Amino acid sequence: MKIDNSLPLEYGTEQNKLNILGFWIFLGAEVMLFATLFATYFTLEHRIGNGPAGAEIFELTPVLIETLLLLTSSFTIGLGVHAMRIGKKNAMMTFFAITLLLGLAFLGVEIYEFTHYVHVGAGLQVSAFTGVLLTTLGTHGAHVTVGLFWGLFIILQVKKHGLTPATANKSFIFSLYWHFLDVVWIFIFSFIYLKGMM
Amino acid sequence: MEYFDRFAIPHPSPAIYASMVAIGLTVIAILIGLTYFKKWGYLWREWLTTVDHKKIGILYLISALLMLFRGGVDALMMRAQTAVPDNTLLDAQHYNEVFTTHGVVMIIFMAMPFIYALMNFVVPLQIGARDVAFPRLNALSFWLFFMGAMLFNISFVVGGSPDAGWTSYFPLAGNDFSQSVGTNYYLLSIQIAGIGTLISGINFMTTIFKMRAPGMKLMKMPMFTWTALITNAIVVFAFPVLTVTLLLGTMDRLFGTHIFSMTNGGMDMLWANLFWVWGHPEVYILILPAFGIYSEVVSTFSQRNLYGYKSMVASIVIISFFSFLVWTHHFFTMGQGPLTNSIFSITTMAIAIPTGIKIFNWLLTMRKGKIKFTVPMLYTVGFIPIFTIGGVTGVMLGMASADYQYHNTMFLVAHFHYTIIPGVVFAMLAGLTYWWPKMFGFMLNERIGKWAFWFIMIGFNVTFFPMFFTGLDGQARRMYTYSEATGFGPLNMLSFVGAIGLAIGFAIIVYNVYYSTRYASRDIGTDPWNARTLEWATQTPVQSYNFARTPHVNSIEAFWDHKKKGQPLFKGEIEKIHMPNNSGVPFIMSCIFFVWGFSFVFSMWIPAIITTIAIFACMAHRSFEKDDGHYISVEEIEATEKNSEVLADENR
Ligand code: HEM
Ligand SMILES: [Cu+2]
Repeated sequence: MKIDNSLPLEYGTEQNKLNILGFWIFLGAEVMLFATLFATYFTLEHRIGNGPAGAEIFELTPVLIETLLLLTSSFTIGLGVHAMRIGKKNAMMTFFAITLLLGLAFLGVEIYEFTHYVHVGAGLQVSAFTGVLLTTLGTHGAHVTVGLFWGLFIILQVKKHGLTPATANKSFIFSLYWHFLDVVWIFIFSFIYLKGMM
Repeated sequence: MEYFDRFAIPHPSPAIYASMVAIGLTVIAILIGLTYFKKWGYLWREWLTTVDHKKIGILYLISALLMLFRGGVDALMMRAQTAVPDNTLLDAQHYNEVFTTHGVVMIIFMAMPFIYALMNFVVPLQIGARDVAFPRLNALSFWLFFMGAMLFNISFVVGGSPDAGWTSYFPLAGNDFSQSVGTNYYLLSIQIAGIGTLISGINFMTTIFKMRAPGMKLMKMPMFTWTALITNAIVVFAFPVLTVTLLLGTMDRLFGTHIFSMTNGGMDMLWANLFWVWGHPEVYILILPAFGIYSEVVSTFSQRNLYGYKSMVASIVIISFFSFLVWTHHFFTMGQGPLTNSIFSITTMAIAIPTGIKIFNWLLTMRKGKIKFTVPMLYTVGFIPIFTIGGVTGVMLGMASADYQYHNTMFLVAHFHYTIIPGVVFAMLAGLTYWWPKMFGFMLNERIGKWAFWFIMIGFNVTFFPMFFTGLDGQARRMYTYSEATGFGPLNMLSFVGAIGLAIGFAIIVYNVYYSTRYASRDIGTDPWNARTLEWATQTPVQSYNFARTPHVNSIEAFWDHKKKGQPLFKGEIEKIHMPNNSGVPFIMSCIFFVWGFSFVFSMWIPAIITTIAIFACMAHRSFEKDDGHYISVEEIEATEKNSEVLADENR
């Protein structure tokens, strides 16, 4: 395999470049996916039937904690990629591990949040609003869950094989994915929670 | 036993039982045949695990033809039922099922794979690449599509067909009004196939952006590749909408949410909107590759370069953009008010302009050309006038106020068949005949092909032209019968006769394949049509690595200029070639997807959970797998290239 040393490792081979472009296009598709969910959410936001409205069920504290966790994790994975660029394998693995732990904590709070909604009578089947709310949040949460496993696999591979063009490429792509989930969350935070609480 | 009651068909009929037996016997025959001829290993090694874009293309092709047959049988049943007034061949329920499966099969499981068949086979060759960017994902795309199609196709013998139309509007498609599992089949099978298509979209965009031969700038790409690029861009932006739409529909039907329901705040019109936000771009996903094929065919057989290359590219791009801005025209009558209707009316009519530009470009390409009326060219020339009728009636439908008269009548049915059949089916047949020699190493018989063309061309018009009139007279679509007093009888009978003509045309094509396989000459060289683009610079049959040496391009018609002006195409020494390894994982993973979909259809949660985990296990396996592919050595390449004209040509 030809390796081009003038570029960062993750771009080093032809296949790596293809992978990164392909992943950007995939993220384009993901944007459409979440855009459709958001459009649906905005359409149904006030169609609450006999159930509660957003303002009645949203709680600021857990949402703020979630936001904080996810934003920090986006920062730490950035550090991880930086460590990778300068060839510091252990630092990179540590930052990735921290990222995943933060992600896990996010997921924990989100699960708490879901049980809370069910508790206060905002379960999946209550109204159009609750249905689309939980589906949208759930889709994001499912992405995070997949990310946790994926990230774990990547850490294991870096541990085993070191920083090769292949593992660097995977790590970099994973960081794109993780940042993307963060961006989606910022939209969820602003346009679902804050807007709903106002 | 009660557990198994769910698999029973809600509305059985002798025809369905007969199909069950037929399906069972076919499966047994295939299994026995494979075992008897000891073909299991061959099947596994050469086809089930292949990652070669050419073989995947052929797999798509076979599936598309199978589905064309299935959809065609549905169509004949519908035309037979409506051939005479008050007919009782099919009852209302069966008619509902048949028009639903006809629509879904033809659009999702026939037209889409047909397009991907040709894109798979042709695009990497046209751009001088070794394969697509992600060969493994390409195999996954195909198998996901295939399993989605199979899942959909077993619905009528296990649990019941979907019956809410290919548009599957809620609340009709909701649990209250569609109680059988049919609509679950619709949601899950299209979901599975759709994910495959989305992956293809990403794959082909990456391929076309990054893997073009040296010197092939974007504005030097062949027109088919251009349309493939834009089509896949539409796929990437439109299919996620479908994914979400189907997901929300599944949530409503299986998990009791109220997104599209009539109660608890649900909004039924939301389905119609979301469906067509995907659905209208989808019709352009179907038509753009067809435009690409016609462009190739028209310039090859007019023996001159394509007129207005730049305006062609521009109009494709404009069409792709506008295709996202017209979706409301599918339900002008469903209450969004005059302002919205007016806006969408204007965008709808605007889309006819770039389409018109393309028509003129083809005509002008032919104008000073020396036209050879081969079978692909006949389809192209036949396409132009009848597609224009389709477009003009589209503009009629696009006038919101007039659409109140046409909507949901046979006039609409006539419109979209006048666009889709000349647009997609003719194009696919043209493309198939055109690229057949590259795929299989012999040509389809021209004389038999022309017979087929005339049957299809005349049969098509006889079938669908009368529908414009019955539609204007008020015959509604999707009605299983009508009374004699309506006077629709004779024209419907005419349609039925036309449909038989179409069926004969397709049968002749099947015969042509058989005949040509047996008798056609295998000595056709590499470029039997005297064509202009790079795929004809390969050997016939194309080697697994496509090009022994990467072509160098410096004009739009590099191969033509190479032939006529002696521009060098292949430079440098032969080097060893890196190729991807075969893999069984895409196939296995897609089989699991099939079971996954089936479990969801019948709300069987334990297998659903197990298969979900298994799917992720496959992905994990892929993540850990080390697969660096393999190399084909220089000696091996030289040995296979020895009798290639391409090489000899260079050394002359
Ligand atoms: C000049 C271009 C076109 C215009 C202005 C146009 C306009 C329209 C309009 C307004 C409708 C909805 C009519 C109604 O429901 O009352 C419609 C339906 C449809 N069109 Fe077109 N169209 C055009 C081209 C095409 C093409 C190229 C295709 C496919 C390749 C296509 C496929 C369809 C289909 C499948 C439907 C009906 C779907 C259904 O309700 O089941 N159209 N068209
Ligand atoms: Cu449309």
